[in-house]
Amino acid sequence: MGMLRRFANSDLGYSFLHSRVVVAAAIVVAVVVVAAIGANALAPHNPFDLASLELFDALTPPAWEAGGRWIYPLGTDDQGRDVLSAIMYGTRVSLMVGFASVALSMAIGIPLGMISGYFGGMLDSVIMRFAEIQLTFPAILIALLIDGIVRTALPRDIHSDIAVFVLIAAIGFSNWVQYARTVRGMTLVERSKEYVQAAQVTGVHPLLIMLRHILPNVASPVLVIATIGLALAIVTEATLSFLGVGVPPTQPSLGTLIRIGNDFLFSGEWWIATFPSVTLVALVISVNLLGDWLRDVLNPRLNR
Amino acid sequence: MLGMLLRRIVESLIVLFAVAFIAFSLFSFIGDPVNNMLGQEATEAERLDMRERLGLNDSVIVQFTRFIGRAVQGEFGVSYRQSRPVIDLIAESLPATLELSFFAMVLAVGLGIPIGIQTAINRDSLVSKVLMTGSLIGISLPTFLAGILLIMIFSVKLGWLPSFGRGQVEQMGWWGTGLRTWSGIKALILPTITLAIFQMTLIVRLVRSEMLEVLQADFIKFARARGLRERLVQFGYALPNTLVPVITIVGLQLGSVIAFAIVTETVFQWPGMGLLFIQSVTFADVPVMAAYLLLIALIFVVINLLVDMLYYVIDPRLRSMAGL
Repeated sequence: MGMLRRFANSDLGYSFLHSRVVVAAAIVVAVVVVAAIGANALAPHNPFDLASLELFDALTPPAWEAGGRWIYPLGTDDQGRDVLSAIMYGTRVSLMVGFASVALSMAIGIPLGMISGYFGGMLDSVIMRFAEIQLTFPAILIALLIDGIVRTALPRDIHSDIAVFVLIAAIGFSNWVQYARTVRGMTLVERSKEYVQAAQVTGVHPLLIMLRHILPNVASPVLVIATIGLALAIVTEATLSFLGVGVPPTQPSLGTLIRIGNDFLFSGEWWIATFPSVTLVALVISVNLLGDWLRDVLNPRLNR
Repeated sequence: MLGMLLRRIVESLIVLFAVAFIAFSLFSFIGDPVNNMLGQEATEAERLDMRERLGLNDSVIVQFTRFIGRAVQGEFGVSYRQSRPVIDLIAESLPATLELSFFAMVLAVGLGIPIGIQTAINRDSLVSKVLMTGSLIGISLPTFLAGILLIMIFSVKLGWLPSFGRGQVEQMGWWGTGLRTWSGIKALILPTITLAIFQMTLIVRLVRSEMLEVLQADFIKFARARGLRERLVQFGYALPNTLVPVITIVGLQLGSVIAFAIVTETVFQWPGMGLLFIQSVTFADVPVMAAYLLLIALIFVVINLLVDMLYYVIDPRLRSMAGL
């Protein structure tokens, strides 16, 4: 409770509580995350339990439409899977891939950026040239190429086991440049400040200076990039899964569900694709709104 | 100027070389080309003979050099899946992608720049707020969902426009165009809008933030202090200074339009290079993948070189920096 009150009294908390849009976005994200994490306990059905699937119930429309039943609130797909439960489990896959790939981007980008900014010289120019070259290719293309190449290079049975990790690696690697460039710029500024010089004079190891002194000071822009990066990662995952080169069919994500539902649009079963799509868009817009808000609050200089 | 240009060209060549090596190594990682060509029933002697004829017994360096030599001549071998020369497949699908990308870019620039200007100079008007909210949705809406949405409305519900394919295509030499028939033009509309949406929102946001920044610059304040009309300040002074970075980004976006075309082409089953690539990934069709990789790298490298040079021509400050 005390922590909540402290948050409400801080600048961040004030700006949060006084923007209805941001509060709404945070609520959407919270609901989606809770529903995804708690899918095992909260979902009305287990879409992966083949024994519980009733083929007889396949293509049931949402409950409020003619022919719908309340045990399947959002209807079922062609195999009799409950759409709501599939969305909850699918969101879990989407969020997991999103968070993991953002973490990977950070794990690559932040150290490289700090090393670049702190030591400068040859190392700096090599890292930054590489970053610049990678930046000329759109992230989604790089992710698609890495994923596509690894997919074809590995035998099919091995691949489906590690497909999720390949996907995380592909998306994570395609987005590290942003972090590296920002952290490098910030490190350059911090390095010339007195507290860093004082640490250097007293003989603190450079690694320790970077970790203990510079890292905390570059945290807020990184948080902003990471939030917007999360939205981007979720979209990239959904896109690759929609194209059929993302997560394996045994672990459907939101993108996979939309891909499946897309085949039924023309025959009138609109609910199979629509509800996962709405979930995806609501999640991504909300995360983007939070990111925009964080940027405005943490960077008063950019506040236009 | 010449030094920078030279450095860029060397860099581009290194990138192309690296991509060529990745494309080349695909062949050795994925399956045995001899098996792919001869099938399971071939005898050992036939296999050895085939290996020798394909040059698979040579060293990696010799093979790589040969690969590059052939690639430069447009020789990428035969597609595993369609049993046709890869270069023919590319030649068939390239016009489809280029036509789509061109119109998408025209639409994105043609709408994006005016909307960006509007939202910057009338920041607080209702129209601007609606447009900015729209741009947030546009940036959050995945391209494939935008496509599905358009198909739902204009193909399924209204039945006005086709949801897949390119319509009637006419040959003009080797270039197959969809622009000369009514069905081809109708088929182009939805994919073009789909591909343009994301680029347009990017351009809107970029123009807006650049324009807002320029409007706060000292020379604008000075122009206002001189009592110049606001219209003249905005369009005569602020806008030209905004357009330099915008042109650069738009140039660079040309490449990403081609990348996003993969998604759009898949949604609309548009017979372009992107669809060809996705199918080659699904079927492990290595020659097609390798050719696509090299071609897309070449397109990107060329676009980047051109934009760099253009930047140099437009912005005099860069030229004077080189003189220092």
